[in-house]
Amino acid sequence: MEIFLQQIINGLTLGSIYALVALGYTMVYGILGLINFAHGEVVMVGALVALSVIKALAASALPGPVVVLFGALVAVVVCMLLGGAIERVAYRPLRHAPRLAPLITAIGISILLQQLAMLFWGRNYHAFPPILPASPHSVFGASITDVQILVVVLAGLIMLGLTQLINRTRMGRAMRATAENPAIAQLMGVDINRVIALTFVMGSALAAVAGVMVSANYGIAHYHMGFMLGLKAFTAAVLGGIGNLPGAMLGGLLLGLIEALGAGYIGDLTGGFLGSHYQDVFAFAVLILVLVFRPSGLMGEKVSERA
Amino acid sequence: MTPKLRRVIGLSLVAITLAVLPFVVGAGLSNTWVRVIDFALLYVMLALGLNIVVGMAGLLDLGYIAFYAVGAYVYALLASPHFGLHWPVWVILPLGALLAGVAGVLLGAPTLKLRGDYLAIVTLGFGEIVRIFMNNLNAPVNITNGPQGIAGIDPLSIAGVSLGKSVEVWGLTIPSVHLFYYVFLVLTLLIIVVSMRLENSRIGRAWVAIREDEIAARACGINTRNMKLLAFAMGASFGGVAGGLFAGFQQFVSPESFGLLESVMVLCMVVLGGMGHIPGVVLGAVLLAVLPEALRHIAAPAQQAVFGKILIDPESLRMLLFGLALVLVMLYRPAGLWPSPTRKREFDKAAR
Repeated sequence: MEIFLQQIINGLTLGSIYALVALGYTMVYGILGLINFAHGEVVMVGALVALSVIKALAASALPGPVVVLFGALVAVVVCMLLGGAIERVAYRPLRHAPRLAPLITAIGISILLQQLAMLFWGRNYHAFPPILPASPHSVFGASITDVQILVVVLAGLIMLGLTQLINRTRMGRAMRATAENPAIAQLMGVDINRVIALTFVMGSALAAVAGVMVSANYGIAHYHMGFMLGLKAFTAAVLGGIGNLPGAMLGGLLLGLIEALGAGYIGDLTGGFLGSHYQDVFAFAVLILVLVFRPSGLMGEKVSERA
Repeated sequence: MTPKLRRVIGLSLVAITLAVLPFVVGAGLSNTWVRVIDFALLYVMLALGLNIVVGMAGLLDLGYIAFYAVGAYVYALLASPHFGLHWPVWVILPLGALLAGVAGVLLGAPTLKLRGDYLAIVTLGFGEIVRIFMNNLNAPVNITNGPQGIAGIDPLSIAGVSLGKSVEVWGLTIPSVHLFYYVFLVLTLLIIVVSMRLENSRIGRAWVAIREDEIAARACGINTRNMKLLAFAMGASFGGVAGGLFAGFQQFVSPESFGLLESVMVLCMVVLGGMGHIPGVVLGAVLLAVLPEALRHIAAPAQQAVFGKILIDPESLRMLLFGLALVLVMLYRPAGLWPSPTRKREFDKAAR
């Protein structure tokens, strides 16, 4: 029972992070119908930028939480610029090209970012400075750290804010209109280039926050961390129904839980034949199953196939 | 000169060049470079296999290297001290191709309904799953020997002659890498011929029809399900053959050789060269296999000379240029470096 509760806690933490990254994928897909392959690398850049800032300020007299907040803010700003730049360079010129083209530039950008990050931060794993006191709280025999609580609460607040932004503001309405039909939105006076750029920028800001969270939670950051995380977040977005914001949140949480519980119990279920190092298989298995049996995802509408 | 005569002369020139290439390169540079050319031939086979799936049938496969892995592991398991088996090449290579083809159908069957980006992601996931299993199937029953990989694989041997060591023919010593070159060359040419025959066959035209418009293709009486499965199986079996050759050449396989990056690399060869156009794909494969090696030999000394130290190690420089090339080619030559005339027209139309 303790194991079960513990895996639920771990799963929720992981799932909140997936959800934040998945939102970035889903927003872009909703508007452009394009998978932003480089999104995972933005998460990685966010984590490493925050890490560098926090390390640089660690010696100063500023109190810990201020340092961390400042680091996260710098990371968010850097990632927003990066996200905007990626859209401008790699996607905008190809908006009317065959669909394979932007996918391949995205892979190119992804490789570029990884290599640049490696040159800049090196090949090593960086230890993330402990932000909050590491002493875990005990809940019915399972343990939960302050960082985990913070991650879940903060992710919840951000998602709430984002939903309000999309549903209540003028900009949000413009975004929804562009997602519905870009040509008509443009006729109604929406500057769709601006809306699309803004979508990328917002998604990147979320990615930066997720990057800081994931490295704070696991205490580690490295140049290669974005790839797998990005893939899994994409899986989460598909699971929830790509293009659908609440779907991405639900999908993220579910995937986190599936992974945590799967990794926790696979050993017992298969009589020790398969162990927890098969954790990464779950995400892909979920992805393939969802796409085969319910391609529109849990909450997505049935959309006609676009050729 | 009649066109036919010109054609004969041209072909014989190509044939002579290909025949003496390893000796010229071996004498002019070193046998390391012959080895690079051997790998380039393996990549040509892989790229042509992927070209069937991506270029002809238009199914974007990002997990293609999994089939290469299947072929390589089949060879490694059946001809190494790992299980104590030493089966002959003539059994293993077709078996590897067959099993890779079966794996292709296994991947293809559930993904038939998907298209475009979704298919890309699922195939990517499939590739990763294969790699994770190779990495972890060493306990409790040791099948793949995990991350350590399988070593001491028998080198390819043909008619009782092992290609693993040099051979004397009429007083001429032919080094091992040269022997591999000729075997790979013959198989590459075979695959090129098969590809070209496929391209103009009923099957090839059906694939192109599916790529252009699946619904229209079905309306024209093409069994799209079977054709797509066939594309996956054919492409995968080419990969399986290349994988078997790789294992027999390298005499060592480990999961590390079959990462996502390799899939992306093969895809880049197809895309940069010119999707669906066989000469373009061959060009792309040779360029991407040889240029990085050349870079490795030039970049490090050049940096040493200019900056006094090595700023960017050749491996990451290679990847940086690789990423940059992908982006730039897509932006400025989206149909590839040497596209087929029809394909180029389509892209020009789309760009307008």
